[in-house]
Amino acid sequence: MSTRTAFSPGTVPLRGAAPTDLQARALRDLGRTGRWRPAEALFWLAALASFFFLPDQHLLLTEVVILGLFALSLDLVLGYAGIVSLGHGAFFGLGAYVAGLVSIHLTGEPLTGLLLGGLAAGVLGFATAPLLLLRASDLTRLMVTLGIAMLLYEAANKAAWLTGGADGLQGVWIDPLFGRFEFDLFGTTAYGYALAVTFLLFLIARRIVTSPYGLSLRAIRDNALRANTIGVPVGRRLVAIYTLSALYAGIAGALLAQTTMFVSLDVLAFHRSADVLLVLVLGGVGYLYGGLIGAIVFKLLQDVFSTITPEYWMFWIGLVLVVIVLIGRDRINAAPLALWHRIRGGAK
Amino acid sequence: MSTATTTTRDPALMLTILIDGIAYGMLLFVLASGLAVTLGLMNFINLAHGAFALMGGYATALLMNRAGLPFLATLPFAFLVPALIGAVAERTLYVRLYRRPHLDQVLFSIGLVFMAVTAADWLFGSQQQLITLPAWLQGRFELAGVAIGRYRAFLILVCAALVVGLQFVLTRTRFGARLRAAVDDQRAARGLGINVGVIFASTFAVGSGLAGLGGALGVEILGMDPTFPLKFMVYFLIVVTVGGTAGLTGPFLAALIIGVADVAGKYYAPELGAFMIYLLMIVILILRPQGLIAR
Amino acid sequence: MKRRDVLVGAMLAATTMATGLPALAGGEPLKVGLILPMSGPFASTGREIEAAAKLYVAEHGAEVAGREIELVVKDDAGVADTTKRLAQELIVRDKAEVIAGFGLTPLALAAAPLATRAKVPEIVMAAATSSITEQSPFVTRTSYTTPQVTSKIAEWAKANGISRVVTLVSDYGPGIDAEKTFAQVFDDLGGEVVDSLRVPLANPDFAPFLQKVADLKPDAVFVFVPSGVGAPFMKQFVERGLDKSGIKLIADGGVTDDDILNSMGDPALVAITGFHYSAAHDSEANKAFVEAFQKANPGMRPNFMAVGGYDGMALLYQALEKTGGDSDGTALIEAMKGLSWESPRGPVSIDPETRDIVQNVYMRRVERGADGELWNVEFETFEAVKDPAKSGS
Repeated sequence: MSTRTAFSPGTVPLRGAAPTDLQARALRDLGRTGRWRPAEALFWLAALASFFFLPDQHLLLTEVVILGLFALSLDLVLGYAGIVSLGHGAFFGLGAYVAGLVSIHLTGEPLTGLLLGGLAAGVLGFATAPLLLLRASDLTRLMVTLGIAMLLYEAANKAAWLTGGADGLQGVWIDPLFGRFEFDLFGTTAYGYALAVTFLLFLIARRIVTSPYGLSLRAIRDNALRANTIGVPVGRRLVAIYTLSALYAGIAGALLAQTTMFVSLDVLAFHRSADVLLVLVLGGVGYLYGGLIGAIVFKLLQDVFSTITPEYWMFWIGLVLVVIVLIGRDRINAAPLALWHRIRGGAK
Repeated sequence: MSTATTTTRDPALMLTILIDGIAYGMLLFVLASGLAVTLGLMNFINLAHGAFALMGGYATALLMNRAGLPFLATLPFAFLVPALIGAVAERTLYVRLYRRPHLDQVLFSIGLVFMAVTAADWLFGSQQQLITLPAWLQGRFELAGVAIGRYRAFLILVCAALVVGLQFVLTRTRFGARLRAAVDDQRAARGLGINVGVIFASTFAVGSGLAGLGGALGVEILGMDPTFPLKFMVYFLIVVTVGGTAGLTGPFLAALIIGVADVAGKYYAPELGAFMIYLLMIVILILRPQGLIAR
Repeated sequence: MKRRDVLVGAMLAATTMATGLPALAGGEPLKVGLILPMSGPFASTGREIEAAAKLYVAEHGAEVAGREIELVVKDDAGVADTTKRLAQELIVRDKAEVIAGFGLTPLALAAAPLATRAKVPEIVMAAATSSITEQSPFVTRTSYTTPQVTSKIAEWAKANGISRVVTLVSDYGPGIDAEKTFAQVFDDLGGEVVDSLRVPLANPDFAPFLQKVADLKPDAVFVFVPSGVGAPFMKQFVERGLDKSGIKLIADGGVTDDDILNSMGDPALVAITGFHYSAAHDSEANKAFVEAFQKANPGMRPNFMAVGGYDGMALLYQALEKTGGDSDGTALIEAMKGLSWESPRGPVSIDPETRDIVQNVYMRRVERGADGELWNVEFETFEAVKDPAKSGS
């Protein structure tokens, strides 16, 4: 299901060029793709501005940012390694439950829970990654990941002594951030916290995907066989990125648990996994901003439509999706994509 | 707390459970068969497949409850209404998306599901649609000491006839040959004078019609409300994935295995209850990543 | 809890500032945030409650004690974190002074800490798990609790010659609640629960479970499943001939939900249910309610959800009368304690101790009325039942 063929040069060695030339050229290209561009700065400045100028929307924005981070985590595997997953909710949910349980049984300090939530999801990702290496079609991967998520959902439902079952986890309480910033009712601390964590993780993700490692991933995505023959350890690379992606999803889940101070079975439900795929595809796959933009568009649409018609908002969202596809996602995405190409230094 | 373990090994009872499972599996197959064709053969991800089942289910429920038609008389409508809508949708919408990336197809078809679900809600309300079966389909009869639900026996007969018919059309008729040719190599098929567009449209229509029929037959057992396409989407996908995308035999076997395992699992190992179907799917896919019958 | 108390002080300051001392402003409209599942699998819950709440406002006028009531309906699609966010937005942004609705237990529980922090009354109109009202001193309830009804069903069963029972419940919070309550009460009375079956919530086919019931040959099977699932259950019960094998079907009234009872057909006639509301309840208040409801919403019949929404508004109106329009959260919740009124379901009151509803529980059987429709006809009444899980009886 690879969707984009735009590929930066420099990954395929040119015959006849001297090794030192090659190295220099590769480094130059890497530096270029890693360079920041005005549009990106603008995006994050706008995010920062929303923190100061939209105090009334902090609660909704927190939800947007968390969904965006979650979609970003899926983008790491789908956009950069070509692995489709319909079970990413498993990691999101596990992160949420771990963060919730940490706050009840261990400490209310937010960063500990965040980290542990992410780690737990990462471990699960690492443990289940080999299933993705089966020589299988996209459909099989889709269903195996979905199956794992559903098993986890049922397990959480059964383990009511630990998770509270269908009633949800009661008594989650998060201490002030750094001992200073109370998680207030207006969601200001929550939004700042979620935004900062997301930005940090974005920076790391960006660094990774523009590194040689990231390029090798894309080589795998575009043609695993060829990647293998030029010496990329395909299996290990995929396990690594899947684990990282799971960790990200876990942190997103932990953020949700901490900012809402509540965890229910919903975090593991099928619709989480489906929604996040939807959001990512809506925003565009394979350029890191897709998840964030998709989350903004989807949540805002949902908010607007469900205010107008609480019963039938889904119809209008559906219509928007259908129209977007019929017009052509590429055409709609052309604007940010063109921008991205410019950001990448005109690499075509 | 369980006291009665002796009865569980009764062979007549095991047969009853087997038949329940087969009936359930057959129903799943009819519901998913259209998807097996569009996804398996035409390589198009149509998550809106359940929406056609919804139309069939509603056609039957509404015609019975509002127009007073008998159950059997509604079944042709349950097939024709979604088939017709399917044909129109294929010609106007789906046809533009055959060559688009899978992710576009996902986005598009899930959009259609959202619209279908809310439209059904808006038109007919959000509550369950219920029907009353004719008396001759209610209750059970005994065959050589094995108790069999009449409706379940009916389901098995109808679905078995459909399976045989489908297999025949697909493998023994000119239409089937053309469809397989069109799927394998569109350009070559066109070159041979096969009207690929008409073939695809009619296949899509039949697939949608079958989904509708499955929905109608399932009202009594699976229930029918506006969220049906979302609730059962996963089940359809499981049947097709586990079965493999080579044809209809794989999904048919998969549906039977899942149906029997689900019913038997819930009876003999209730604590595994909801896990069964997913565990089974994962195990089968690990053993046979391409599904039971691979291309 | 200590941490919470410290915090409450801070939050109080914040919310009071935010709401701009609304308490005695008088004349300012009072916003009621009605958070319901209006879409998704539980949409019919939301529709019934919304229709009934609006009916109450239409019947009694939008103004009470000088305050105009403004209902703000929000859809949470049955997802708990959405419920929480909507409740929070309603409170801090839209300045809602009462939050109400809550279609499912986790949704009500998600909002409870908010009610405490912001000191905003939370009127639970649907969710039925006993513990909800214990999660915050600002939570009150106008629906019912599972143990309230289930305990009386168990009592009735034992008193009517049923001594061996198999329980069959959906495998989720309320179902397990019902299973435990039934087993406990029935056991105390000397009955025997032969087996306890739990059916997965997303379960399309009851065949294997009903087969188990048939094997065990109990006097009766006690059933608790979510309302939409009741119909297929009863059909398969009859299909297997269990009704003719002498096994009685006793159930929580959600199984014969008035909303869809009429379309269930004859299989529904086998059910004996216990519940707090039937659209066929024989009283003037109920006749007027049903008639007005059906007039305003053609094709719908009010069910227990609707009456929960209707009484939720009744509770709010009376509390406002009592405070003279003062909508301060603490004053309102205090005013609600101990209120009693004649509801369409019969006499009800709010327990001043637990803030939970006290009401009659009726045993009913399904009958075809003179109009040819199916109704839950009450034949026995347990009066003024408190939630046994909290009153210790």
